[in-house]
Amino acid sequence: MFDWFAVIGRNTVDFLARLGAEFLLFLQTVKGFYALIWRPSLVIQQLFSIGVRSMLIIIVSGFFVGMVLGLQGYNTLVDFGAEESLGVMVALSLVRELGPVVTALLFAGRAGSALTAEIGLMKATEQLSGLEMMAINPVERILAPRLLAGIISMPLLAAMFSSVGIFGGYLVGVDLLGVDTGSYWSQMQSNVDFHKDIVNGVIKSAVFGVVVTWIAIYEGYTCLPTSEGVSRSTTRTVVYSALTVLGLDFLLTAIML
Amino acid sequence: MLNSRIVEISVGIFVAFGMAALLVLAVNVSNVSGFGGGDHYTIVANFDNASGLKARSSVSIAGVTIGRVSSIEVDPVTYEAVVKMTIDSRFKEVPIDSSVGIYTAGLLGEKYVGIEPGGAPDYLEEGSVIRLTQSSIVLEKLISQFLFSQSSNKK
Repeated sequence: MFDWFAVIGRNTVDFLARLGAEFLLFLQTVKGFYALIWRPSLVIQQLFSIGVRSMLIIIVSGFFVGMVLGLQGYNTLVDFGAEESLGVMVALSLVRELGPVVTALLFAGRAGSALTAEIGLMKATEQLSGLEMMAINPVERILAPRLLAGIISMPLLAAMFSSVGIFGGYLVGVDLLGVDTGSYWSQMQSNVDFHKDIVNGVIKSAVFGVVVTWIAIYEGYTCLPTSEGVSRSTTRTVVYSALTVLGLDFLLTAIML
Repeated sequence: MLNSRIVEISVGIFVAFGMAALLVLAVNVSNVSGFGGGDHYTIVANFDNASGLKARSSVSIAGVTIGRVSSIEVDPVTYEAVVKMTIDSRFKEVPIDSSVGIYTAGLLGEKYVGIEPGGAPDYLEEGSVIRLTQSSIVLEKLISQFLFSQSSNKK
């Protein structure tokens, strides 16, 4: 009987301790941002490996998601004689939901897992301890540029995803299925609001960028320094990121709608 | 490590691309150049019935959009719908005796507010109230009137 309560209690305490540790690491990392003013090259290198290298997969998937939206939307809307609204449907679903969320999921798989594995291996091979031996703070030197690069990259990647997707929808809807070009764009422009839709999408993607990169660096920084530990942490990064992104998405939508 | 110049160039391309995508979203997809940032003034009209009209519905003269409905409330005394509209300042020479009506774009389209310009020398300004209003047409009422008149004719 009491064992049962003890299990619940232990799990709750573990969970809270984990949240607290994550938050403290986040604060330390954010505090490390100021040191990057004198070393922008560190951030640029991370922007390259986090942002630039994720660009291709984001653009290609954005294009295909847009094309699928165009096809599905057309088939549904044409039953109601409302295929002129295809542009609105594609643009709103991309800008508000699919852009930030799918980009964040891909970002977690593409960049987050790589970050965790990289930092975890640094820990396993005692490079982080080596830095500390040389009186270099590994949080400032290793984690801060990665977190900053992730926060910068995510909104840019999500914007690329959405705009490429809208062109994908245009290609299928207008060029293949024969929706009128003018109504595709004009309906889109009159029904998509800058503040309510686009800015909210950008805020969402920035929040997802923080969360995904944060989870990735925490998992890497605290992983067991063995090959099995690194592999487990990498898996956890992807799973936790995906769950957190989807949960937060509901929360953010409810707050901002 | 990769050649740092290549890294810098590709990061530059990445950021420029992302900014361009944001710009495309802002300018081409949404109506940011429309009635968000520019100067505008607010006018008010009271309707007996504003059914189907929503905030952000368009306000137009001669079919050209010149503003948007900002809010719709009920007057607690007269039970009329108080429709506030923001009009772009470029169209500030609308005569004060203009009449407004709620119309439907197409048979099943959205409701919008149409302004019929009058002939007075004075113009609408911030907070002006338009007196001449025509409510939105409620299809159910029209149909029931038509049916009742049909049945009374038969007698």
